[in-house]
Amino acid sequence: MSTIRLTVNGKPVSVEVEDRTLLVHLLRDHLGLTGTHVGCDTSQCGACTVHIDGRAVKSCTVLVGQANGTSITTIEGIANGDELHPMQAAFRDNHGLQCGFCTPGMIMASIDIVRRHGAGLTEDILRQELEGNICRCTGYHNIVKSVLDAAGRMTAAQAAE
Amino acid sequence: MGIEGIGARALRKEDKRFITGRGRYVDDIRLHGMTYAAFVRSPYAHAKVSAIDTAPALAMPGVVAVLTGKELVDDKIGNLICGWMIHSRDGSPMKMGAWPAMAPETVRFVGQAVAVVIAETRNQARDAAEAVVVTYEELPAVVDMREAVASGAPQLHPEAPGNVIFDWTLGDEAATEVAFNAAANIVSLDITNNRLAPNAIEPRAAIAEYDPAEEHFTLYTTSQNPHVARLVLSAFYNIAQEHKLRVIAPDVGGGFGSKIFIYPEEMVALWAAKKTGRPVKWTADRTESFLTDAHGRDHLTRAEMAFDKDNRITGLRVKTHANLGAYMSLFSSSVPTYLYATLLSGQYDIPNIFAEVISVYTNTAPVDAYRGAGRPEASYVVERLMETAARQLKVDPTELRRKNFITQFPHQTPVIMAYDIGDFNASLDAAMKAIDYAGFAARKAKAKSEGRLRGIGVSCYIEACGIAPSKAVGSLGAGVGLWESAEVRVNPVGTIEVLTGSHSHGQGHETAFAQVVAGRLGISIDQVQIVHGDTDKVQFGMGTYGSRSAAVGLSAIVKAMEKVEAKAKKIVAHQLEASENDIVIEEGQFKVAGTDKAIALPMVALAAYTAHNLPDGMEPGLKESAFYDPTNFTFPAGAYICEVEVDADTGKTSFVNFVAADDFGRLINPMIVEGQVHGGLAQGIGQALLEHAVYDENGQLLTASFMDYAMPRAEDLPSFNIQHTMTECPGNPLGVKGCGEAGAIGASAAVINAITDAIGNNDLAMPASPDRVWHAIHG
Ligand code: FES
Ligand code: FES
Repeated sequence: MSTIRLTVNGKPVSVEVEDRTLLVHLLRDHLGLTGTHVGCDTSQCGACTVHIDGRAVKSCTVLVGQANGTSITTIEGIANGDELHPMQAAFRDNHGLQCGFCTPGMIMASIDIVRRHGAGLTEDILRQELEGNICRCTGYHNIVKSVLDAAGRMTAAQAAE
Repeated sequence: MGIEGIGARALRKEDKRFITGRGRYVDDIRLHGMTYAAFVRSPYAHAKVSAIDTAPALAMPGVVAVLTGKELVDDKIGNLICGWMIHSRDGSPMKMGAWPAMAPETVRFVGQAVAVVIAETRNQARDAAEAVVVTYEELPAVVDMREAVASGAPQLHPEAPGNVIFDWTLGDEAATEVAFNAAANIVSLDITNNRLAPNAIEPRAAIAEYDPAEEHFTLYTTSQNPHVARLVLSAFYNIAQEHKLRVIAPDVGGGFGSKIFIYPEEMVALWAAKKTGRPVKWTADRTESFLTDAHGRDHLTRAEMAFDKDNRITGLRVKTHANLGAYMSLFSSSVPTYLYATLLSGQYDIPNIFAEVISVYTNTAPVDAYRGAGRPEASYVVERLMETAARQLKVDPTELRRKNFITQFPHQTPVIMAYDIGDFNASLDAAMKAIDYAGFAARKAKAKSEGRLRGIGVSCYIEACGIAPSKAVGSLGAGVGLWESAEVRVNPVGTIEVLTGSHSHGQGHETAFAQVVAGRLGISIDQVQIVHGDTDKVQFGMGTYGSRSAAVGLSAIVKAMEKVEAKAKKIVAHQLEASENDIVIEEGQFKVAGTDKAIALPMVALAAYTAHNLPDGMEPGLKESAFYDPTNFTFPAGAYICEVEVDADTGKTSFVNFVAADDFGRLINPMIVEGQVHGGLAQGIGQALLEHAVYDENGQLLTASFMDYAMPRAEDLPSFNIQHTMTECPGNPLGVKGCGEAGAIGASAAVINAITDAIGNNDLAMPASPDRVWHAIHG
């Protein structure tokens, strides 16, 4: 057992867990943040994607010890109160989700994709970048539309700052 | 805010919770005192279980119980059943082998459960499951269905000699033979419909709780049809009587057919919850999903089509072997029979059809309905044959199709179905226009001059949805009726709850259903709440599959709405001293036509509940229910055209364009409909290019993870060009046909027709991996 201290969605957290605990289970089972999902056991589906210190990471592939001292953001932590993150809003506005199970991971991964590519994000690059996130429902058509829409909103917002 | 009624691209009401991480899926639920289950599963495809030593596992930390198949059978938990009776051509009933939820004696596929560990934590359960010592006596296994029916093959079930479950036929064999004897041309093809793993991204999960004082169970489960689950668990599996079992299917992360069935794990969780006195949770990991979710398709078919000298089809003859795996899953027998052979007429006027289907046991996971269920198999057979025929007869594939299209409706096919309406030329026109079919020859020539292989492929599918008229399916062997129920509750303040037996696991019912209700009353969709997925709230329902929810589920809601509106009009007529026939509903008001007299919906509702001033003899309240049983199937149809380029050096296929032109009748929410088409197309294209559940000859599943099974990823797919044409369905009040499966039904043939056109070799099996395509080009 170890004591793990980290920041989750801006709040300091300290939990006593087995060393072999995965970050995704810490979030889901110990902190009740069930928006982060588990869809596989081989780091392929991306349903578990969260941000560690601002970068998208598959939380099913991170032991809690590796996350010690980091700052984690989950799907529950990206909206600003009632105001959705532009990526969340774009997924809703473009019907970028159906069953919603892949969605938190898609949104978290996509925010990072837009962060890295900014205005240079094209459909081709986006489709390559989404390789680590599997959706069985949407055929990706509207996910691609959503992320490109959000990229426009996010870069416009940045430019305005 | 405007009224988002039928036809509006209303944004989905359910999305807010999903995009903020507040969805509530089964695995998100934690009950007080909950334990975790981990199954001990067979590593062998076929073996006798000679001994199970649970002592080492019981000694492990946190272990609450270790339970085996023998105890389950001793406790008289019933065997799993197949609910659709099929008779062989000799009149004998299908041969159903016994399937206990955990195997007491014999395992017949890799992954079949033999025991379960219940422990305080997930990790403790998994650790202890590894410590259960099972002694197996390995038996020879058979995986290939042709080998399974050969003499001397290992036998799976004493009930099914020769591993044959049924040998079933449909159509007139003699008349079809006459047609073939008189044919000017015969086109034939051997077709493999590859085996698929459904892979909803949410793995199956169950939480069972038992209340000993009330002798009452609650089951949270990843189900497409919680009421069917309750019915089967109580009527056949001896878990509990229906009134002592509540089944809840909360948010469910995709189904695609695989979550229709009641699986061993739910049964064991319920039984174990009672035995241990603790709530039990089980969640599949992805490998368990691959090993134990019912797989899809897996047909081997020999198909022949006869033409007269004018290229009119005179006959179709099909012989199919269908692999049903090691056990008969809940609706497995209906898929390669009444959901398959009845659609073999496609969009064409074919006077004579004969189909023979031999379904077979093998030492593989059970096979059952997967998106499309039988109809993709039929469509693939017909559309591969049409394309092959066009090449053989040297005519344009679209012309050959047009020449044979059914153009008069209703049309009775020789294989049961009576198509009510359609316009197949219209959807083909729309698709050809959208893809610029006329310009293809020039594009192909240009690509060729630049050293690239370009091809175009057409697929004109038809499917039978709106499943289904209860009397008709009853006469064909179904164990249930396939109507739907609805209840509309107008609250005293005028907000509305609609309870439906349909279940949404991605289809957006909370929005689309609300649109229909809101549109009728002229109110906002925010005033309408759709309630589903809980047997304590909704009295009964048949669930969601077979693209049935709009055509059947919504029709039931419309029926209940009509009753509500009729009662409300009586109240208004009484209070305004008008005739009820003069009352019209507009913008949330019940108005006396041609006057300025009106009462708003909330006041009508309030009047119904205060009951101070109702017509004499009228009961208080404003709540009505309805059951709707469809009069016919519905027949969505369309034309898909796909243009590809194949890299001759690598065998890799890339999409230039993919057009889908569908006729789904009226559309409730075109945005949601298009999303359904996209998802279906991805699964159809996935089958054509990528997906394949592969067993080795010992029955080991080689593709049991996302590392080994090629799921379609964003990069594998194009953006789609979606077109709609419309003939209104005459069979239901909304004129809708259903849209959930079309993409998966029509896409595969379009892709393979395009690749084979590009490479000039018609001999290509799915999935058309680069390796296979390269060999098809280079030999
Ligand atoms: S659960 Fe983490 S990648 Fe699938
Ligand atoms: S929306 Fe269902 S898996 Fe993506």
